[in-house]
Amino acid sequence: MRVLKLRKKDLKKMLEKISSFGELWAPVKKGDKFAFQKIDNLNDVDPNAGRTILPLKKFMVPPRFSMFRYDKDGYHEQLGEVTDRVVFGAHACDINGLLILDKVFAEEFSDPYYIERRKRTAIIGVSCVPDEFCFCKETNTDTVDEGYDLFFSELGDDFLVWVGSSKGDDMVRAAEELFDENISVKDIQKFIEWKKWRETQFKMDIDLTAMPDIFELKIDDKVWEKIGEKCLACGSCSMVCPTCNCFNVTDTVALGKMEGTRDRCWDACTLHEYSLVAGGHNFRGSRADRMKLWYTHKLQAFIGEFGKPSCVGCGRCITTCPVDINVKTVAKTLRGEEVYFK
Amino acid sequence: MNEGLCADIKLANDFQPDMMRIVRKYNLTDDVRFFQVRPMEEQKALTLCYNPGQFMMVSRLGVGEAPFSISSTPSRPGLLEFCIREVGQVTQSIFRLNENDSIGVRGPYGNGFPMERLKGRDLVITMGGLGAAPLRSLILYALDNRDDFGEIYLLHGAKKPGEMLFKTEFFDMIERKDVNTMLTVDADDTGKWPAKVGLVTTLFKDIKQIDPANTFAAICGPPVMYKFVIQELLKLKIPKNQILLSLERRMKCGIGKCGHCVVKHIYTCMDGPVFSYWDVINMKELIY
Repeated sequence: MRVLKLRKKDLKKMLEKISSFGELWAPVKKGDKFAFQKIDNLNDVDPNAGRTILPLKKFMVPPRFSMFRYDKDGYHEQLGEVTDRVVFGAHACDINGLLILDKVFAEEFSDPYYIERRKRTAIIGVSCVPDEFCFCKETNTDTVDEGYDLFFSELGDDFLVWVGSSKGDDMVRAAEELFDENISVKDIQKFIEWKKWRETQFKMDIDLTAMPDIFELKIDDKVWEKIGEKCLACGSCSMVCPTCNCFNVTDTVALGKMEGTRDRCWDACTLHEYSLVAGGHNFRGSRADRMKLWYTHKLQAFIGEFGKPSCVGCGRCITTCPVDINVKTVAKTLRGEEVYFK
Repeated sequence: MNEGLCADIKLANDFQPDMMRIVRKYNLTDDVRFFQVRPMEEQKALTLCYNPGQFMMVSRLGVGEAPFSISSTPSRPGLLEFCIREVGQVTQSIFRLNENDSIGVRGPYGNGFPMERLKGRDLVITMGGLGAAPLRSLILYALDNRDDFGEIYLLHGAKKPGEMLFKTEFFDMIERKDVNTMLTVDADDTGKWPAKVGLVTTLFKDIKQIDPANTFAAICGPPVMYKFVIQELLKLKIPKNQILLSLERRMKCGIGKCGHCVVKHIYTCMDGPVFSYWDVINMKELIY
């Protein structure tokens, strides 16, 4: 992989030089949290921003969009007015989340809507320091080797810039004079030291060892009733999860016309109607069953299918769930520890 | 992003419904209607290809889309048949359509029955209520390729005579010597029912000529039926992995994306809707 150096003070200049690659989006402070927003003033870009409220999936699968326009002749594909974008400030866990979405959306029966946006969205990753809710080390997603165009690693006064794609290479070439090809032994040592220090910053006490087996053994356990009783079935955990990809499809009719759109919007398996079929049979009428689905899908089933969990340890379920149901508390409960839910 | 995704090929959009023309429709019961459709595009009509047991997503402009089993057999090409119960918004809107109206259809999806593995076997096909929809495809296919199969038993149960689907077709099959057709109703409210009365499980005692180790069973019906029919099939000593069930789930895409039909790592739309009883034992949520 091509690796270069960029002085931190040249970041703004560099972002300006690559403005032809698309609208710039980056995490911006929103209340006490961060959110990916369109950047009009480069001074708003903060490479040290914390986790964003919504993960990168909002760029690839918008919360709501039209798949087709229809009229009396049938359905007409609408890939949508997808704009070219450059998303700066993606953390390793979120890029790993995208790699999981790639598996779901871009392999067999690939989803043209996802692929169009994925192609048109350049991802610039940035290394981060874990806070008290991060557990990406436990899910092996604290680093990332692919899925991005550029990745900026901490290197004192510089960034170490990893070029991950052909588009990433073009971006570097558009600002060639700002990059330094010479990486010294000292730089490498500095990089290793920083990585070692970062390892020590993981504070969360979480153990996901043997999770698939534990799920198999606990699948009929009463703990699910307990978790189900607490769950508000609000769907927030699915909205903020980088790998939750479920969606609903509905037709919207234009008033007075035989015209309209077929729309796709985010759905959550924790919602009551999720498994309801015509005729009224609900395959998952109880919250306990739906909680079981959410967690078995992330921590057991996905491992069986793809060899790793579909949890990237971003901590969003922990910071979002109003009643403290999250990967940490569920894993603890399944291990037989007493857990207090709000 | 992954360079592989960058390929500049314009991929077919799997969500795009093809417009089809309704060729024929008639009522099978008070609330179930039979629809025969043909793709508007001639090339599509000529190359239509599917497996018994597969399903398609049927769309009504402005109302929505829902999955339906294919009731026709691929051995009679050019047309697709569905039997649809009027039960929700999409089906109510489909019921308002007439011959020559157009309808959106995409698919086929799912695995369908493993027809290659069924070759040379005895078949026991058990259907209840709307379960006749996917299994009619299997039975017609087997009869159209009669030499490929051993003994064939067809067991069909309905609540009452007025609710039996494809009644005429199945009564005609009673006359055939190469298939053992047994029809029953839970209760005869007409007093004129010429076939058996009783639950579908009471028919199994008349299955005599099968070689269980070489038999495949197929079941489709209301959720409550599976447990009792499976018990009967196990009594006949049919191996668990040769008992096949066609299952229903909520589906919004049919291609393993929307998540609604998932059970653990199994997508009913891609890995099913046909599962073996052995799969079901290992996958607790598949049937209740």
